[in-house]
Amino acid sequence: MRYLPLTPADRAEMLGVIGAATIDDLFVDVPAAARHADLFDLPLQAGELEVERELSALAARNRAAGAGPFFCGAGAYRHHVPASVDHLIQRSEFLTSYTPYQPEIAQGTLQVLFEFQTQVAALTGLDVANASMYDGSTACAEAVMMAQRVTRREKAILSGGLHPHYAATTQTIAHAEGMEIVRQAAAVDAEAAVLDAIDAETACVVVQTPNVFGVVTDVSRIAQAAHAAGALMIVVTTEAVAYGLLKSPGEMGADIAVAEGQSIGNGLNFGGPYLGLFAVREKLVRLMPGRLCGETLDADGRRGFVLTLSTREQHIRREKATSNICTNSGLCALAFTIHLSLLGEAGLRELALLNHSAARDLATAVAAVAGVEVLTSRFFNEIAVRVPGDAGALVEAMLADGVVAGVPFSRLDPAAGLDDVLLLAATETTTRDDIAALVSALRRRIGQ
Amino acid sequence: MTMQNIGRPTRPEEAPVAEAGGEHRSLTGGRGLLQDEALLFELGGWSKTGVDFPPADHDAADLGDLIRTQPIGLPGLSEPEAVRHYVRLSQKNHAIDLALYPLGSCTMKHNPRLNEKMARLAGFSDLHPLQPQSTVQGALALMDRLAHWLKTLTGMPAVAMSPKAGAHGELCGLLAIRAAHEAKGDLARRRVLTPTSAHGTNPATAAFVGYAVTEIAQTPDGRVDLADLAAKLGPDVAAIMVTNPNTCGLFERDILEISRLTHEAGAYFYCDGANFNAIVGRVRPGDLGVDAMHINLHKTFSTPHGGGGPGAGPVVLCEALAPFAPAPWITHGDSGFALVEEARGPAAQALGRMSAFHGQMGMFVRAYAYMRSHGADGLRQVAEDAVLNANYVKASLSDIMSPAFPDGPCMHEALFDDAWLEGAGITTLDFAKAMIDEGFHPMTMYFPLVAHGAMLIEPTETESKQELDRFCRALRALAAAAKAGDVARFKGAPYLAPLRRLDETLAARKPRLTWRPEPTTVAPTPLAAE
Repeated sequence: MRYLPLTPADRAEMLGVIGAATIDDLFVDVPAAARHADLFDLPLQAGELEVERELSALAARNRAAGAGPFFCGAGAYRHHVPASVDHLIQRSEFLTSYTPYQPEIAQGTLQVLFEFQTQVAALTGLDVANASMYDGSTACAEAVMMAQRVTRREKAILSGGLHPHYAATTQTIAHAEGMEIVRQAAAVDAEAAVLDAIDAETACVVVQTPNVFGVVTDVSRIAQAAHAAGALMIVVTTEAVAYGLLKSPGEMGADIAVAEGQSIGNGLNFGGPYLGLFAVREKLVRLMPGRLCGETLDADGRRGFVLTLSTREQHIRREKATSNICTNSGLCALAFTIHLSLLGEAGLRELALLNHSAARDLATAVAAVAGVEVLTSRFFNEIAVRVPGDAGALVEAMLADGVVAGVPFSRLDPAAGLDDVLLLAATETTTRDDIAALVSALRRRIGQ
Repeated sequence: MTMQNIGRPTRPEEAPVAEAGGEHRSLTGGRGLLQDEALLFELGGWSKTGVDFPPADHDAADLGDLIRTQPIGLPGLSEPEAVRHYVRLSQKNHAIDLALYPLGSCTMKHNPRLNEKMARLAGFSDLHPLQPQSTVQGALALMDRLAHWLKTLTGMPAVAMSPKAGAHGELCGLLAIRAAHEAKGDLARRRVLTPTSAHGTNPATAAFVGYAVTEIAQTPDGRVDLADLAAKLGPDVAAIMVTNPNTCGLFERDILEISRLTHEAGAYFYCDGANFNAIVGRVRPGDLGVDAMHINLHKTFSTPHGGGGPGAGPVVLCEALAPFAPAPWITHGDSGFALVEEARGPAAQALGRMSAFHGQMGMFVRAYAYMRSHGADGLRQVAEDAVLNANYVKASLSDIMSPAFPDGPCMHEALFDDAWLEGAGITTLDFAKAMIDEGFHPMTMYFPLVAHGAMLIEPTETESKQELDRFCRALRALAAAAKAGDVARFKGAPYLAPLRRLDETLAARKPRLTWRPEPTTVAPTPLAAE
């Protein structure tokens, strides 16, 4: 077996050093009833060529997003990632290192995390960011639980514009901690209903912008109302490229900003691994979850970086930790920070503008299709449209035209009664030909 | 808390020149191939970009006052500068590709590059989680095959694929257990039992789910104390969380009795699967009475650790817990695979949703490629070689260091305490830092808590005998130096790493968690939007 270096002679010699007759002697503590002399009923070892053949055949049964016109968004976005990003994250020293618990021989990872934290703080307009969470949805749940620790209140209000999977994840995880999760009805202009729900028991208000229907909102008024009631304002973003063009959460009064960072540096990967961005105001640092990297000095007075404030974390605090999180999304954060370093401020703004510009073309084009109503007026790179009949059936039908025509809202929330709503995203990868193909397929299918 | 925003030198060239590396000193502080590298924010790239775009057709005037008007404060780099920045940084890291990485409980094994290649096939990497299911049949088939392997290897009937890491899997398992108790109307179970040697994530997860945590005592030979377990089990206990093999590197030889007692008390047995590598292909947790167990694909099944993540933590479940598995899951019908994404109707018992999409697909591809490469025979050999290597290290060091549990074999990792350092004036930390100078990553230190000054060594099966011998020679030489009173070698270590020992107290006392411009420099003025 090509990954196992020991030879039969090595094994015999090593057993001799140990003083064991056979390998079975080393498994002597396993109860006899649980010992298996035979192999389990699975295929035997295979060479690279055979494995590659099987996996390539499986991959060939999927339709890659880049294979033709493609308009899915709703929390995961297809962007172009520079070739150097994927090359650099495959450097052995990044790819095959562990969590940087020995800082003297992990300065590469640690400096990257410090730079990542600084970039995320800048993007969100907040003071401090952690070294990443699993993804945007779990970061959202962690933010809600953090609000409980900060305010010592139990109620969280989730706007109806929050991605339904984020709301469901938060319901599952934060409810486990005993919180009361108030999930408002899904609606394109859901933010209006949030203000009325804030009361003296509210720990936090969670609003997404751009929301799941693509609507961009200024949450300043909601933040003011939340603060007046002693609650925290949590702003969620599922499309991190939007930070390049839109007002930051911090600028609008957010106390905590969470986001899905996949859009920058990371591929779609069928839903994971992604990375959660998590940033807070300075005064909340000691109650935040996840790893933090900080600057310090070495014994010779040289600058270096370490994981710090770990008294919040499970390996020190155990049942009193701020979260049970241990593993983060280090390599995805590396891809994010490399891509963002390549973009720089100027590049990110250009990229964001290209996305917005493509979405404007998309909105104009589909609005001209008889029977299609664009529901989103102010958007970044994603819109919601109303179509005649069931959006899911329409998407299925349009596959025959070679077009993956977005995400039916019912896929995210079947109970919302919005079966005729379709979510369409455009990015810098969307061409005019793609939009033309979408429009022509829409005309054909809606006309039927 | 106040943040310290200013005050320390932030440019490497202003820092004192290191004394490490022998008597010869360079004129500029350079150290041969080891490049110092400034922070991204100090490289002067406030107007640069390394990505070329065509001009946009439209502006953003339609967004009115929603547009960002203030600079973000992001530096940029051209591609050659970016490549150099990150390559220089990478060279300051230890990695499994460089040398043995014996972190106990972390399973730092070789990461096959075939798996990286497979995960990057466009048919996997360029799939959107919400594109029509008819267009992702190959991806669902791969998840289904991986699930089949996980169920077969563990002897468990069901698996939840969506948890994103070990701790997330623990959370999933405990939520399923809580849901199962609640479904029976049993609301009195408010406690979870864990051994003193448990990973920190176990009590943290139990507390997260709202359970009180009670510790189970350990016997002198490093196992769960059955009498103490029996005494603490009762109608208020929801579950026990036990790692097996445990964090002392020992198989819980009374495991069948542990599960029997647990089930008799009406509680569930959650097994922390972090150490599955020791038994994969030889022992099935399902045969041991385990009700739920997460599997760290980034440990046993070799997906790369990536400097801290991402991981993947599918959870295998017993028959009684399976109905409570979170959405989504895969079903197989006449028209192929289908993904059930909503916990409604017949699936209404599902505990909810652990994350937005279907799990760590990129990790699934890598883990499946790893499993297929090894096969049933190779995986059995994995466990055997992992255990053999650990026992070889233990046998090679036992005369000079002190094994915490000298009697009997260990499993995949060898635990030493610091009794052998008594009187030497050297701590476990000092010893570990001196290992860095010898070219090795230190072992896990001060964990588990049950061994004083613990040193937990997990070599894994992908180390050759030659590398193990090299490692043991280094440790023996260090141990001899420690006993000979060469204290300075340890107290000042590391001398030869990119940096000397770092001041972690300073970092925590005056947290400096983001870069800020020095007050004397002119604030950067990034380019406005074109």
